[in-house]
Amino acid sequence: MSQFFQQFPTVFAALNVGFFQTLKLFFCTLLGALPLGLIISFGSMSKFKPLSAVTRVFVWIVRGTPLMIQLLIIFFFPGLVWGNPIWGGGESGRFAAATVAFIINYACYFSEIYRGGIQSIPVGQHEASQVLGLTKSQTFFRVVLLQVIKRIVPPMSNEIITLVKDTSLARIIALQEIIWAGQSFMKGSHGIAGQIWPLFFTGVYYLLFSGILTLLFNKLEKKLSYFKV
Amino acid sequence: MAILEVSNIHKSFGKTEVLKGISFSLEKGNVLSIIGSSGSGKTTLLRCINFLETADVGRITVDGDVIFDSDTQAKLSAKEKRDKQLKIGLVFQQFNLFPQYNVLDNVTLAPRLRAKELPDYKKNKKQIIAEIEEKAKALLAKMGLSDKLENYPCELSGGQQQRVSIARAMALEPKILFFDEPTSALDPELTGEILKVIRELAEEHMTMVIVTHEMSFAKDVSDHIVFMDQGVIAEEGRADEVFDNPQSERLKAFLNNINT
Repeated sequence: MSQFFQQFPTVFAALNVGFFQTLKLFFCTLLGALPLGLIISFGSMSKFKPLSAVTRVFVWIVRGTPLMIQLLIIFFFPGLVWGNPIWGGGESGRFAAATVAFIINYACYFSEIYRGGIQSIPVGQHEASQVLGLTKSQTFFRVVLLQVIKRIVPPMSNEIITLVKDTSLARIIALQEIIWAGQSFMKGSHGIAGQIWPLFFTGVYYLLFSGILTLLFNKLEKKLSYFKV
Repeated sequence: MAILEVSNIHKSFGKTEVLKGISFSLEKGNVLSIIGSSGSGKTTLLRCINFLETADVGRITVDGDVIFDSDTQAKLSAKEKRDKQLKIGLVFQQFNLFPQYNVLDNVTLAPRLRAKELPDYKKNKKQIIAEIEEKAKALLAKMGLSDKLENYPCELSGGQQQRVSIARAMALEPKILFFDEPTSALDPELTGEILKVIRELAEEHMTMVIVTHEMSFAKDVSDHIVFMDQGVIAEEGRADEVFDNPQSERLKAFLNNINT
């Protein structure tokens, strides 16, 4: 037990560094995937058939294959196939590759949630906007958008909480996120070796973070409960 | 001169011709009701006049301005179409209020967005918005909703929601107000309050076109009746004549069916 207390400060500091990388990946993914998903959803709803067909096939491929494969392909493909390792070898290169893979993957999931939300808005809302002389963009931003947001909060919170844990997949390209940090104490790091508890302890970070997100989403849901759609 | 002139409207969905050449006109301050069985084309006609469908052939004039002409429609810009559309207002069967806005905002949203296009908007913003709100409040007062300004649509009865939507349509000062079966989504006891509002508007000589299944109301409130059957106007005329002395067999059969 005394050994645990001895090791704890070292492990805690290392895990914090890893978790910072996890958080960075999480927020960068959201920052890119939330708007990109909207663009993809417009593509898949386009009346221009070739565009919607291509978009839907793309979404099918991205959602239909493991994110881990996508990570590996995006990270290794340029170097091994093109002979041009665009990401470089360092941590920042791994982070960039992981962020691109996560943004593409999550944008596709988000796009389907957006599409469901947008298409669930009754046509009467569009018609009422039209006869009141609203433009297409006024209709979307002033009338439809908030109703869509209200409808998609539950599925989006589900997806975003999944993202918290999916960031651990970046471990496969050796991104130094929290799982990597926890694991490092098994083979040896900072003078500590053969310890598995740091890896278990990473679970506490995930639990706390997803707990905070759950509370935030509940709050948002409550905030939007003043109207019914 | 007629304020509304609809001439030779044709509309097909695929191979089904729903409107086969509809023409009628309406005098300013008059009320016209369109009656007919389901599938006769009356809702499609209303939707064509309100730009929710595009007629294949035809021409619509409001107060001397051509608001729709099938020959030139494609050349109009989105803004031109919107300007023309705003000469008429539409009240929906399902109200279609905006759920996230309270009653007052539902009524003022469109006028506020419209006011942004005014050249002096930035300079007189406060005054313009105040005027819009004043007008909206006056309209809502007329609808008996002065105590509901801050309420959201989900907190209102169907009849109250429909009254808000009438105020919303009138806030843009349309020259003609259209109603698409305004009481069909309401309980019988709430129907009366909407009919009362429409009757009051009629007494103030608001020009209105009403698609309705409420025959006694149509007879009572309308100056003119159009009876549609299978995509054509089978009979039209003064309200009392059409109801008390129908000429065509189809109208006789329709009125008989309703009365039994």
